[in-house]
Amino acid sequence: MRFADSLFAERFQISTADLNRYLAEALSQGGDYADLYFEYLLTSSIGIDESIVKSATQGVSMGVGVRVISGERTGYAYSDDLAPEKIRKAANVAAHIASGPSKIDKFDLNEGVRHNLYPVLTAPTETALADRVELVKRADRAARAYDSRVFQVQATYADNLRHVLVATSDGVLSLDRQPLARLSVHALARRKGETPQQRHSGGGGRVDLDFFLKDKPPEYFAREAAREAIAMLDAAEAPAGEMTVVLGPGWPGVLLHEAVGHGLEADFNRKGVSAFSGRIGQKVASELCTVIDDGTIHSRRGSLNVDDEGQPTQRNVLIENGILRGYLQDKLSSTLMGSASTGSGRRESYAHIPMPRMTNTFMLAGQSDPEEIVRSVPQGLYCANFGGGQVDITSGNFVFSASESYLIEDGKITRPVRNATLIGNGPEALKYVSMVGNDLKLDEGIGVCGKAGQSVPVGLGIPTVRIDRMTVGGTA
Amino acid sequence: MSENHLLELANDVVRMAMARGATGAECTIGEGDEFSAEVRMREVESLKEAGSRGAGLRILIGKRTGSSYTSDLSAEGIDRLVRSAVEIADITSEDPHAGLPDPDELGSVPGDLQLYSAAIENLDPARNIDQAKRAEAAAFDTDPRISNSDGASFDSGTSRHVFANSLGFSGEYRTGSCSLSVSPVARDGESMERDYWFTIARDPAGLQAPEEVGRIAAHRALRRLHPVKVDTQKVPVVFEPRTARSLLDCIFDAVHGMSIYRQESFLAGKLGEPVAAESVTVIDDATIPGLFGTSPFDDEGVPSRRTPVIERGILKNYLLNSYAARKLGMKTTGNASRGLAGNAGIGHGNFFLEAGVQPPSRIIAGISNGFFVTSLMGFGVNIVTGDYSRGATGLWIRDGELAFAVSEVTIAGNLRDMLLSMEAVGNDLEFSGSIAAPTLKIGEMTVGGK
Repeated sequence: MRFADSLFAERFQISTADLNRYLAEALSQGGDYADLYFEYLLTSSIGIDESIVKSATQGVSMGVGVRVISGERTGYAYSDDLAPEKIRKAANVAAHIASGPSKIDKFDLNEGVRHNLYPVLTAPTETALADRVELVKRADRAARAYDSRVFQVQATYADNLRHVLVATSDGVLSLDRQPLARLSVHALARRKGETPQQRHSGGGGRVDLDFFLKDKPPEYFAREAAREAIAMLDAAEAPAGEMTVVLGPGWPGVLLHEAVGHGLEADFNRKGVSAFSGRIGQKVASELCTVIDDGTIHSRRGSLNVDDEGQPTQRNVLIENGILRGYLQDKLSSTLMGSASTGSGRRESYAHIPMPRMTNTFMLAGQSDPEEIVRSVPQGLYCANFGGGQVDITSGNFVFSASESYLIEDGKITRPVRNATLIGNGPEALKYVSMVGNDLKLDEGIGVCGKAGQSVPVGLGIPTVRIDRMTVGGTA
Repeated sequence: MSENHLLELANDVVRMAMARGATGAECTIGEGDEFSAEVRMREVESLKEAGSRGAGLRILIGKRTGSSYTSDLSAEGIDRLVRSAVEIADITSEDPHAGLPDPDELGSVPGDLQLYSAAIENLDPARNIDQAKRAEAAAFDTDPRISNSDGASFDSGTSRHVFANSLGFSGEYRTGSCSLSVSPVARDGESMERDYWFTIARDPAGLQAPEEVGRIAAHRALRRLHPVKVDTQKVPVVFEPRTARSLLDCIFDAVHGMSIYRQESFLAGKLGEPVAAESVTVIDDATIPGLFGTSPFDDEGVPSRRTPVIERGILKNYLLNSYAARKLGMKTTGNASRGLAGNAGIGHGNFFLEAGVQPPSRIIAGISNGFFVTSLMGFGVNIVTGDYSRGATGLWIRDGELAFAVSEVTIAGNLRDMLLSMEAVGNDLEFSGSIAAPTLKIGEMTVGGK
């Protein structure tokens, strides 16, 4: 897409001369760098509950954020009105972080070469509502049809289409059109007179509507939610204490996101507040572990053509054969640390200051046969699926909550057990990885990562792995 | 924009929706300003200042619903807002329980609820930065082991809430608040720990002194140093007010009307039954002047009120909006809550567990071997079954005293048993948010460690 053809040029009559003027205004009090982030966001969501489509919403929001960096200081202001006088006012407010004469008055804005990772011609948000509502109806029917013990189903389909324009004082002019869609299904099952169990499933990505019509239909997610809820009806108490844990492939990659991902975000390391600070080159995992954060995977939920600072995304090696290799960098941290941006500067919206974030985080496949991994464990826990997790960056302690797990007894997966939180310490936990499967799988595309009050979509992945020691928070 | 203008706009939106064929309509308009100053290592790190607004519309066409929102309040934006809601209502289903509250349920709590102080808007940015710097400096000055910091921030904001519906309700109120927080990092040898403390008030005069905030935060970080991972065992667990609050979050989720009608709560069907120890009384009250969960009316235009949820251990009420009330054959409790988009959900006012009589020190003194929890991690709570399993950090109680730091452990149990075995309720209830609890002691939980 060229700037002249963009929504911002056409609908809002913004010219490159305007962008130059706003940037000059932002740097009018001095400062080293300024950027503008224009956003125009269309969203829709449709929800079914008790087989009734009870809610449907569509909305539009727009705005521009202006940032000025002066040394380690950031000034930020935004406006939800794209009128020139409002943008200039925001630029003036942000400018006050600096105090000195203007140093820069001309910006050579250039549209660079970039990826085309989600070449979606018609975004789901642009399709007929009547087609999209069918997705939740089909999910509802399929979950109920799966088993008569399923007695409540909720399904939500949500999509958005985000148009983004970034212009920076160092000459970047980048445009992106970011489609995103997600279907999620909750199923509640009960055996007569007993406590119900509820589980959910879902997926999506930066895809067109065909993804839900051909690749991963609503029935796929609905059956998975129902299957898990039914499986957990027989769950016994989960064990408590240290034991061997085997993680199944896919979403259990949330381990990597919490155990190492956040701790490797450059802002925490620049400030020396991460348990990984100063550990580049050190061994932080077993040599079987290579962990990647890759924003360039085709049509994935965590992928971006350019990050929210206009930098092309890339494939970043975080841990290579157990050795810590690098941090996730945004503009500010990389400048202050004397390195380059890794295309990891992200923000929730125009109202938020960008910071280093993950995209799609996963561990490379190893050599082991997944079945062999389970057979190798005399006694332990097999975790097929998880809910969310959390990490304390400074101590390095992290948790993630198993939503579908089973005991392993004499090398066999046996009884299901109830929800339990797993806890470990980031720089230590992966040292106990003793087997890595050959079955790397990326998650279905439902992840949302929160940091400092900002949510962004992310992806995860992991092959089957055996961890010799991890604390499981059950009651038995 | 003047207050009258936004209220008129909300009424206009409702009228436009009715003119386009809606049989009922609700319009919400929100407007807000935010200011934030972040300081780190005694220097300004970032300043942020901005304002924004948006409008949301929900319409009924018979028993079908549609909703829309926009940040564009121009004539063109408002026209699109109304068209979008009407368009999308077409794909929803007839829901026999869809509707607005009964007209006689609408209204507003009279009088000044003290939610807004002009002093917030007159705050001087230089003073705000200074407050953050003083809080961080106080943390550094507490102990040489506080040598790093994740920063201190001063935040303030005001907002205006406007609501109108097609039954003739229209109302608005303003709120404001400011807060000061600091996150010092303590380091001693290889051990590095971070904690935080904050103060929040409707009026700047109500904030704790920056030096006090800094000192408390520093002590909290210092006492976490050199933690031990204890053996797996079953012991009494004490939640300090900051972590006890999270148990109230669980109780709120469990009495949430939507979860009740779907039977996805361990408290569904338990009205009138004992669900907690007799020392437990839980109240939702959105009418207490000046508090953070207070409002004159809920997000359907129903007046706020005081609702006893658990009284001396007996489950008395669920928290309902008009939809959940119709589903359950009950009356709304004035707990409708929503952002700009979608149907009303359910929220709480000031949701708290009433203070008991014991000072926290006496609760701890009565325990020979137990766990005092100062922070919790993760999302391991299952409201359907009550299963509870979370990561925890805190201090070990040995012979009635806080003996040493503990981390990288889990605490687990089932909320049913946890509520029934609440053996002590502290006298230290304070509101620093819309959910509050005093120190609480649970008879026994499983600590997962080595």
